Amino acid sequence: MQVETFSTLQEASGAVHDRAQFLAGGTILMRAVTYGDQSFDTIVRAQQVDRSIGSDAGGLRIGAGATMADVLASRDVDFLHPVARAIGGPQVRNMGTVGGNIFARNPYGDFAVALLALDAQAVMADGRTMPLGDLLATRERPGGLVQAVTIARPESGTFRFRKVSRVKPKGVSVMSIAAHLKRGDPRVVFGNMAPTPTRSVGAERALANGTDAGAIAAACSACLEGLAPADDPLATEWYRREVAPVHLKRLLEEGARY
Amino acid sequence: MAKTPVTFTLNDMETALFVDPGANLNDVLRRGAGDLTTKNGCGQGTCGACTVLIDGVPHLSCLTLAESTEGRRIDTTGGLAGGPELHPLQTAFMEGFAAQCGFCTAGMLMAAKALLDKTPNPTREDVVEAISGNLCRCTGYEPIIDAILTAAARMQGRAV
Amino acid sequence: MSSVEFRKDLFADERDDNLKEIGKPTIRQDILGHVTGRTPFYDDHQFDGLLHMRAVRSPHHHAQIRGIDTSAAERMPGVRRVLTAKDVPNNLNTLLSLINFGRDDEPLCAHDKVRFMGETVAWVIADTERQARDAVAAVRVDYNVLPHVLDVEEALQPNAPVVNEVYPNNTFDYNGKYDHQKLRFGDVNKAFAEADHIVEAEYQMSPIEQAPIETCGAIAAPETNDRFVCYTNTQALFFSLGTTSKLLDIASSRLHFIGGTAGGGFGGKVDSIVEPTAVLGAMLTGRPVRFAWDREEEMQVGAPRGGERWRIKDGVMNDGRIIAREFTGFFDSGAYVRLSSYAIVKCTGHIPGPYTIPNVASNIYCVVTNRTPATAMRGFGITAADFAIECHMDRVAETVGMNPIELRILNAYRDGDMKAHRRPAKNTALIECCQVAAGKAAWPISADAAAQSSKVGGGVGERGVIPASVTDEDGKIGDRRAGRSEGTSPSRRGTGKVAAGTRVEAKTEAHMQDPDMALEADRIGHRMGSASTAPPAPAPAATPAPPAPAPVAATPSHPQPTAPVPPAPQVQPSAPVPTPPPAAPEPYQPEQPFQRGLNRPGTSRFTSGFRRR
Ligand SMILES: Cc1cc2nc3c(=O)[nH]c(=O)nc-3n(C[C@H](O)[C@H](O)[C@H](O)COP(=O)(O)OP(=O)(O)OC[C@H]3O[C@@H](n4cnc5c(N)ncnc54)[C@H](O)[C@@H]3O)c2cc1C
Repeated sequence: MQVETFSTLQEASGAVHDRAQFLAGGTILMRAVTYGDQSFDTIVRAQQVDRSIGSDAGGLRIGAGATMADVLASRDVDFLHPVARAIGGPQVRNMGTVGGNIFARNPYGDFAVALLALDAQAVMADGRTMPLGDLLATRERPGGLVQAVTIARPESGTFRFRKVSRVKPKGVSVMSIAAHLKRGDPRVVFGNMAPTPTRSVGAERALANGTDAGAIAAACSACLEGLAPADDPLATEWYRREVAPVHLKRLLEEGARY
Repeated sequence: MAKTPVTFTLNDMETALFVDPGANLNDVLRRGAGDLTTKNGCGQGTCGACTVLIDGVPHLSCLTLAESTEGRRIDTTGGLAGGPELHPLQTAFMEGFAAQCGFCTAGMLMAAKALLDKTPNPTREDVVEAISGNLCRCTGYEPIIDAILTAAARMQGRAV
Repeated sequence: MSSVEFRKDLFADERDDNLKEIGKPTIRQDILGHVTGRTPFYDDHQFDGLLHMRAVRSPHHHAQIRGIDTSAAERMPGVRRVLTAKDVPNNLNTLLSLINFGRDDEPLCAHDKVRFMGETVAWVIADTERQARDAVAAVRVDYNVLPHVLDVEEALQPNAPVVNEVYPNNTFDYNGKYDHQKLRFGDVNKAFAEADHIVEAEYQMSPIEQAPIETCGAIAAPETNDRFVCYTNTQALFFSLGTTSKLLDIASSRLHFIGGTAGGGFGGKVDSIVEPTAVLGAMLTGRPVRFAWDREEEMQVGAPRGGERWRIKDGVMNDGRIIAREFTGFFDSGAYVRLSSYAIVKCTGHIPGPYTIPNVASNIYCVVTNRTPATAMRGFGITAADFAIECHMDRVAETVGMNPIELRILNAYRDGDMKAHRRPAKNTALIECCQVAAGKAAWPISADAAAQSSKVGGGVGERGVIPASVTDEDGKIGDRRAGRSEGTSPSRRGTGKVAAGTRVEAKTEAHMQDPDMALEADRIGHRMGSASTAPPAPAPAATPAPPAPAPVAATPSHPQPTAPVPPAPQVQPSAPVPTPPPAAPEPYQPEQPFQRGLNRPGTSRFTSGFRRR
C-alpha cells in the first residue's frame, strides 16, 4: 500500500488509475484498506478539497468534498437535510462526503439517489460537466474525479425523500426513494433497487400529468419498471418488489400534490 | 516499508510518529502512540467504539487515514479526566451503571462529550441522536442515555 | 430514568432482606477502569515485535481439499511463516472432551475437507496485519466442491451428504443408542385421544450472533521459563487452557493464561479457537503473536446460537388444561458438534416449560450440517424452545377461547409438582410473574387467577408423582440413514413401559473415547464415593453396539465413569431397569489432597494440570 498526496483535486485526478483509489472521507475506502482489499494498492489524496456549498447563477453548487455534516449546516440546501440526516450516525456524517456517496455501492448511496432525482450535473475536476445519471452508469470506470455537483433549487414541497431501513435510527437502507414532483417532468429514483440509483420509468410516466389518487395508484403499480432489485443480507429481491409500491405510495401521499 | 511522519496534538501533548502507508488512526493511536483507551470493535465504522474527537468533532478513528491528521488536535478518553478529577460524564457513567463490559464506553464518552460541548442542555432525543453511531451490546442504552443527561444537568448546575 | 422495581412483598418469608450486600445497589468494581479507558482488554497488552496472524478461510460450504500451495505467500514481504494443518500437533478435538462428552470431531485447521464456509485451511504470520492479509490472499487452495446441506431436516434424509465422518448419520448419538435425545413421561398418545382439542404448530429460530463489540482474539508470547503467556478474552479461561494443551500437545503447566476481561461475550467466547491458534503461532515463531478476528470473521466464523426448528403438539381440554404435550426439535449444530449436544440435554430437562403437564414426550435431534458451528448463547438450549412454547401457549389460548395469562396460570407448575425430568419443582414463581405482568400491562385477569399461588396446590395427588411411562425404540443410530425410520416425532407405537414412580439412573452420554479420559478420584483432589477403591459399576442395561460405524476408539473395556456428564438431568426411560438403591455416598474427605503429577501411567495428559513426563 502506498499513499500519494497532491495539493489539488486536479492533480489527484490525473493520478487515479485502475489500482489507485481516491480517498475522500474514507468511510468506505478505509475499510477496504484495513480489510486487505487486493483490487488496489495506492491511495490518492488531495490536500485542498472543495467543501463549499452555495448558490450561483446556474443554481446550487455542492462541493464534492462537502460532508453530510456540511450539508446539514447549510441553509441553502435545507431540502436535502432529511437526506443527509438519514445517512449513518454522527461520526459517519462528519466524515462521509457527497462525492464519495456518488461512488458508494449498494446498500449505500442515499444522497446520490436524491441528487439523481434533482437531475444533478456533475462537474468534473477537468471542468467537464455531465448529467449525474451518465456518471452513475459509468462509475466503475470514472473518467477523473468529481469536483462538485450542481442542481436547480426545487420548488418548495416538490422534493420528497424516504429511506427504508430495518434498524432505527441509523440502519442502512433496504431501499431509498427520492421524488421531484414536477408536472410534465417528474423524477422518481430508487436506491438499492438496481446496481446504481435508478429512475423508475413506470412511476415517472404515471405521474407526468398529476398526482391524484389515480395517478398515485398507477405509479405504484408500475414503479418496478426500469428497476432490477436483488437479494442481499438486508432483504430479498421478492421482499423489495413487494414493499416498493407501499413505500412509494406513502412518499407520494405526503405533502403537496399537483 | 517506507513510513510517513505525522505529528498531531493528542490530549494536549505534541505527538510525532512514523506510520505505515495506509495505516488507520486507530492503529496508530493504540500501537504507535500507546493510547490504548480507544478501542477497535469492527474496523468498518459500524460500532463507534473507536470514536475520537478530531478538532472537537467526533470521527471514527478506524476509518481515518492516520496521515490525514497531520497538525490536527485529537482527543480521546485518555484525556477526558482533568488530572485526578473525573469528567462529570465519567462520574455519571460510573454511578448510573452505564457500562457493563466497558468496551463501548470510551467511544460513547467521546460521542457524549462532543454533544455536551456543543449542546450543554440536550434533550433526550439529542442524546439518542448523538450516540446513534455507537453500539452497546450490554446495557440496552437506557442507562447510558440517563447518565449523559445526568452529567449535562450537573455541568449546568441543575438538579438531576 | 430507568429503574428496577423490587417486589419484596413476594416470597418475603423465603428471603432475608437484611443482608449487607445482597439486595443493595453497589457500584461495579471494574467501572473506574471502564470510564477512564484503562481496563486492560487482551489487546491492550503491548509487546515489542508483535507479529500478526490471519487465517486462510474456505469460500465453500463443503469441499475436499486437494492441495494447498503456500509458496507464493511465503515469499511475500513481511511474512514470517505460513502454517497448515500439519503444524498442529494434535489436530482433532471436541470442546467437551475435557469433560468426556462426545467424540473428537473438529480439527483446528482443516486438512482433508472443509465443512463450513469460513473454515480455517491455513494461517499466515507476518509483521503487519496488512502484510498477513496480502499473503492470505496469495495462498492457493485447490478445492473439489462437494454437495452441501444447510437444512436440519434435509440433513436427516438417507441421501444427504455426510458432513462430518465422525458423525456419519449427521446426528449426534445419544446414550450410545439413539439418533436423538428422548424424553418420555406418561402416555401422550393416550392423552391425545382423550383431549378435546389438538393444537399443533411449527416454530423456527434462525441462528443468532452474540455480536460482542470486542471480537474474539488472543495474544500469545514466549515467556521465560519455557512457558507461553496468552492474553485472551475467553469466557472460559481454564477450558481454553485445557483445549490449547490438548490441541498443541503441550503440558498445561507450560501455558500461562491471563483473561477475565472480555468486551462482551454472551456465550460467543467459549469456543477456544483463538487461544490455541495464537499459542501455536508463538510456538512456531518464537515471537509474540496476535490472532484476532475481524468483524466479518466474528459474524461468519464466530459460532452463533444455532438455529432451531420446533414442532409442538398439545392435547387440550375445553377448560384450558393441557393434558399432553409433544415436542420434535432440531438443533442445527453446524459442521461440528461443540456444545450443541449438551444444549439438547439441558433443553430436555427444561421441557415442557414451566407448566405441569401429565403426559410429555420429546425427540430432539442434534443435527450436523454445513453451517457455521453453533455454540453457547444466553439461555443456551432453552431460548428457542421457550419461544416456541410461549407462542404455542397463545395458540392454545386462542383455540379454547381463554385469556392467555389465565391459561398460563391454570397450567403453571407449582412447588412440589413433578417435572417431566422426574424431579419435583422447587421455588416456582410463574404464577406470581404472570400476576405482576398482568398488573403492569393492565391486562385484566379473573379474581380466581389473581388468587393463585405457586406455593399452594403443588404436588397434590397426580401432580406430585411420576406416571407410568410408555417407551419406544424408534430412531436407533443409523436406522434413519438406512431408510428404516419413519418420522422424527415421538413414536405413536409404544413398545415398552416404565412403571409409575420410576426414576431411571443417569447414564453416561457417549462411550469413553480414550481410557485416558476415565474420571479418577485421585486426580480430582478428594475422594468421591467409593470410586477410589473399586471401579464404579458399569452403566445400567448394556445396550447393543450401535449399528453405525464405531466412533474413534469406542472400546468399552475400561470402567465407566460415575457421572462425568454435565450436571443436567438425564432422562432415559426407554431402558426400563429397576433402579438399584443409590449407594450411600462416603463423606467428603478433604484430607486427601490433590497430589501433583499423581497420574497413573497412561492417563490423560490433558485433563489434569500436569503432564506426564
Ligand atoms: C457505519 C456506516 C453507515 C453508513 N450509512 C450510510 C447510509 O445510511 N447511507 C449511505 O448512503 N451511505 C452510508 N455509509 C457509506 C458512506 O459513509 C457514505 O456513502 C459516504 O457518503 C461515502 O463518502 P466518503 O467520502 O466517505 O467516501 P470514500 O470512502 O472516501 O470513497 C468512496 C469511493 O468514492 C470515490 N470517491 C470519493 N470522492 C470522489 C470524488 N470526488 N470523485 C470521484 N470519486 C470519488 C473513492 O475513490 C472511493 O472509491 C455508511 C458508512 C458507514 C461506515
